[in-house]
Amino acid sequence: MIELRAIDRVFRVGDQPVHALRGVDLAIARGEYLSLMGPSGSGKSTLLNVLGLLDRPTAGSYHFAGEDTGRLDDAAQARMRRQHIGFVFQSFHLVPRLSTAQNVALPLVLAEVPRAERAERVRAQLAAFGLTDRAHHRPDELSGGQRQRAAIARATITRPQLLLADEPTGNLDRHTGEEVVRVLERLHDDGLTLIVVTHDPALGARAHRRLRMDDGRLVGDVRGAEAHDAAR
Amino acid sequence: MRLAEQLVFAVQSLAALRARTALIVLAMAIGTAGVVLLTWLGEAGRRYVTDQFAQLGTNLVIVLPGRSETTGGAPPMFGETARDLTLDDALALRRSEHVARLAPIVAGSVAVAFGNREREATVLGSTAELLPVRHLSLAAGQFLPAGDPRRGGAECVLGGTLVRELFGAASPLGAWVRLGDRRFRVTGTLASAGRSLGNDLDEMVVIPVASAMALFDSEGLFRLLVEARDRDAVARTVADCERILRTRHDGELDVTVITQASVLSTFDGILRALTWAIAGIAAISLVVAGILIMNVMVIAVSQRRAEVGLLKALGAAAPVVRTLFLWEALLLAVAGAGCGLALASAVRAAAAAFVPELRTGLPGAAVAAAALVALGIGVAFGTAPAARAARLDPVLALARR
Repeated sequence: MIELRAIDRVFRVGDQPVHALRGVDLAIARGEYLSLMGPSGSGKSTLLNVLGLLDRPTAGSYHFAGEDTGRLDDAAQARMRRQHIGFVFQSFHLVPRLSTAQNVALPLVLAEVPRAERAERVRAQLAAFGLTDRAHHRPDELSGGQRQRAAIARATITRPQLLLADEPTGNLDRHTGEEVVRVLERLHDDGLTLIVVTHDPALGARAHRRLRMDDGRLVGDVRGAEAHDAAR
Repeated sequence: MRLAEQLVFAVQSLAALRARTALIVLAMAIGTAGVVLLTWLGEAGRRYVTDQFAQLGTNLVIVLPGRSETTGGAPPMFGETARDLTLDDALALRRSEHVARLAPIVAGSVAVAFGNREREATVLGSTAELLPVRHLSLAAGQFLPAGDPRRGGAECVLGGTLVRELFGAASPLGAWVRLGDRRFRVTGTLASAGRSLGNDLDEMVVIPVASAMALFDSEGLFRLLVEARDRDAVARTVADCERILRTRHDGELDVTVITQASVLSTFDGILRALTWAIAGIAAISLVVAGILIMNVMVIAVSQRRAEVGLLKALGAAAPVVRTLFLWEALLLAVAGAGCGLALASAVRAAAAAFVPELRTGLPGAAVAAAALVALGIGVAFGTAPAARAARLDPVLALARR
């Protein structure tokens, strides 16, 4: 589903070019569960942003679902994000003035899903994520775990093919973090392609395929389901 | 994103910051109300002044001695020619079939005395027809007698203020007053007519025109008021006046004939321009309100960077983000204009209840213009912040600060 070839991403900081990604080659099949680990500044987040079409590579090609994303203009990339890609952030990024239900509905609003259908899908999604009784609460009235569940509910309400999670448990305590990870893994079990960026070795080890980055390069790509299955 | 959803989204974000939204709406409302109310006041003033003129009769023609040949200049107030406009000139105008009435006027200033009280007053020398021509009315007694204007009688008619100051509460009728070195008998008093054309009629004495000419030792008239038979006859009256006077003045047209209507339209034009100038000045406050809107929107965009980043991550393209922020600016402007118009009508209704001259409605053009300017300001001052939001890089916007 995903094919990266010789991806470079160079930022300019002052006069200095900073190579965030150097010659990254990566193929990801539909339904995979990957973790992406590495030290700070190794390029994990940049790679995630490139995969999520939030950032364009300086060089190289990126095919998503058979489409050469480099050829798409901004509007087409936005449409692709809207239809096929979900994001989960460390700091949740819920809109503070909107209720849980309104936050979860946001992607459907952007996708112009009719109001009645939207309400039905939001109701079902909130139920699936155990947030029904929190539907009309604002984010500051939710616990950390509830906020991240709401964020995941929002990221997946359009039934995307790819879910990108950047440190999804980074702002949560251990117990709540595990609860969120179980939510993500359940989505993966239903066929979602899941990529998790994390600093947490325990979380990273649960993925079926573990990528390791250092200084903008992919330096490790280990497959194996033992850790994930062992945790069950 | 559908239009209705965009509006809901914009309203929600404005509602989230109620105090800030209310203050901006207030600023916009004051600006809008200012434009509308000042225009309305100017308009009411213009109507008041033109009504005052109209009361004097729109079929009035005024003949002034002298003629300024420089085009564009004001008509001469005092004679600039060797030849006077004489009483015989005035009487000759009766030959025109279009002239209904005419009142020659000699004006001057003289001391009026009764007993040991003395006061400086303006003396108008005229004829019995001055009363209807100037739409004056009497408080008591009789006006100047009709008869040959060349014969100067010793009758005089006093304005209200003079009566009070010279006679106190006593009736002046029949009393003899001294004007300069001559004596006149008071036959009537003028009803208070207030100010008209800058002359306070309450402080005037009216005496027969020939007596005034003798008093001031003058052969020339100050001016000549001619009333046309009706409004349609005004132009022909002017032509007749010019033709007759030219003939009498050896073929030279050395008088200026103006119509009340032309004076009226001149004042009308001046006051109209003044009204728009005032409205223009008030519009500056609208621009200031617009800058406030821009200020608020710039702050909103920088405070909501993460939200903009999120919207983009969720698949909102740049134009959608831009539209969302533009709606917010536009809604602020529209709400402000709406409140301003409501405020203006409330003020107008309250004022009209106390001051009858202010009964005129809010000028529709000003209301429409204020509303349009408000919309324009919303768009003009909302565009830059909205474009800024649309340009935000989602990666940077989402990055934790």
